[in-house]
Amino acid sequence: MSLKGKAWKFGDDISTDHIAPGRLFHLRTNLPELAKHVLEDADPEFAASMSPGDFVVGGRNFGLGSSREHAPRIIRLAGISAILAKSFARIFFRNAINVGLPILVCDTDKIDTGDELEVDLSAGEVMNKTKNIKLQFAPLPPAMVKILADGGLVEHFKKHGRLAVE
Amino acid sequence: MGETLAEKILSAASGKSARAGEIVIVDVDVTAVQDGTGPLTIEQVKELGGRPVNPDKTVLFIDHAAPSPRSELSNAHRTMREFAHETGARLSDVNQGIIHQRLIEEYVRPGDVVVGADSHTCMSGALGAFATGMGSTDIAIAMVSGKTWLRVPETYRIVVGGEFPSGVYPKDLILYLIGKIGAAGATYKALEFGGPAVAEMDVAGRLTLANMAVEAGGKVGLFPSDEKTRQFLASVGRSDDWSELRAETDANYERIYEIDLGALEPMLAAPHTVDNSFKVADAKGVKLDQVFIGSCTNGRIEDLRVAARILRGRQVNKDTRLIVTPASRLVYIQASKEGVLTDLAEAGALITAPGCGVCVGVHGGILGDGEVCLATSNRNFKGRMGNPKAEVYLASPATAAASAIKGEISDPRDVL
Repeated sequence: MSLKGKAWKFGDDISTDHIAPGRLFHLRTNLPELAKHVLEDADPEFAASMSPGDFVVGGRNFGLGSSREHAPRIIRLAGISAILAKSFARIFFRNAINVGLPILVCDTDKIDTGDELEVDLSAGEVMNKTKNIKLQFAPLPPAMVKILADGGLVEHFKKHGRLAVE
Repeated sequence: MGETLAEKILSAASGKSARAGEIVIVDVDVTAVQDGTGPLTIEQVKELGGRPVNPDKTVLFIDHAAPSPRSELSNAHRTMREFAHETGARLSDVNQGIIHQRLIEEYVRPGDVVVGADSHTCMSGALGAFATGMGSTDIAIAMVSGKTWLRVPETYRIVVGGEFPSGVYPKDLILYLIGKIGAAGATYKALEFGGPAVAEMDVAGRLTLANMAVEAGGKVGLFPSDEKTRQFLASVGRSDDWSELRAETDANYERIYEIDLGALEPMLAAPHTVDNSFKVADAKGVKLDQVFIGSCTNGRIEDLRVAARILRGRQVNKDTRLIVTPASRLVYIQASKEGVLTDLAEAGALITAPGCGVCVGVHGGILGDGEVCLATSNRNFKGRMGNPKAEVYLASPATAAASAIKGEISDPRDVL
């Protein structure tokens, strides 16, 4: 499966407070409205400027902080096709897979905002077409491949009638 | 090779030998959500067509926006109350306090597996439970199936020796440690605390350490269950819930950190990451618009006593606001009985209802543009206290109290 879009580059330590700020707590039960503020505290223009299919590109420890699953949900709802980062915080990583948002660990130093990317999920490759560089990303752990392939954790559980990740 | 605390608990909960790196499916003892994450969990439980299989140990906490400041949140609270009523799940309503404090007061036992839709669920590890934060959907699955899946973590052993010098507290230890490990340095790992100083440390201090394990990326912050644990459980009327639990002496640790408390100084985390660690002595003089004493990290009676001892007979600086939030109703009542609340109020503090609102920037104490706050909570991320144009420093209750008096970051050793 191949994904194409433009990169939006963020720095290290993008927290769930950057993605879904606590001051918008009252919008947690209104995700389409909350999605209009996605990543607002990292880049106030991002939500209005991005296009569906684009990629969020982070540095180290993307998604640290709160367990709020609303963070990956509104990134997905905004139309972002995948997140690429050097590393992810543990709970965010698990939440992203659970809600069916592809999340890729790769060296993002050679990606800048505006670069045209093409991601081949099965081959584990990112093509930076703007810079003509090919990057590899690490495969997901097998348990997470199963959940993502089933379309997220709820669908996984419905399909198997139990957790079938062992 | 013996088992770490994490391996020991997860072996018992999975019914097989659970070794670091393996994926296990475990029986869950306690599931918890709060008002930010609970409505989504409820939606997913309904989507799954299920209901809590263990309603007495399924707890819905209304604490992040308690009492409700907005109608949208009041409606979320209604959803939680109705779900509890329909399914028999337990409800901890607006008067009760913060999820993690309530969990250790009433629900968690040594050896339990605890999963909560809140990242600081790791605090219950202080009682010797494998406790970790997850998202709403993971918790929904745990509620309807009684199980969750976990990768058994490798363990970093933190060996603590020596004695806390005057003015230095467990909060200083954990801020120092996170500075050393880094905000992502323990990602996927268990932190297991031990050593002679841990054996002497009361549960209140252990809770502060376990609470912040996640700020180093950790999955859980674990302590043995020992005599101190037994005393704590007895103090909340749960003597029967105690059992002893220790790691095996020949367990395998990925890393070992040795810390001598005698060399430790009051510490703080400067904006905007928790691993941005400094000695208070090197940050003295930063002007403060607000000081906050509270949160699941440092809103216990022991914390309020320390603050009251420093503030008694003194006054909060006229240009600084001091907000104090007891972590739970039980803490509030105890502090009231002891006169701690009176001391704090007489010094100029504002005492709020138990809850999370100030710490997470939901309501109460939201900072203005360019304002600076020193807080005893666990996060100083940009926007954390409701305004991305404000700055938050983290420190101990003693540092907070000393700083409130001077209106600037101050060393508690100067006033003790």
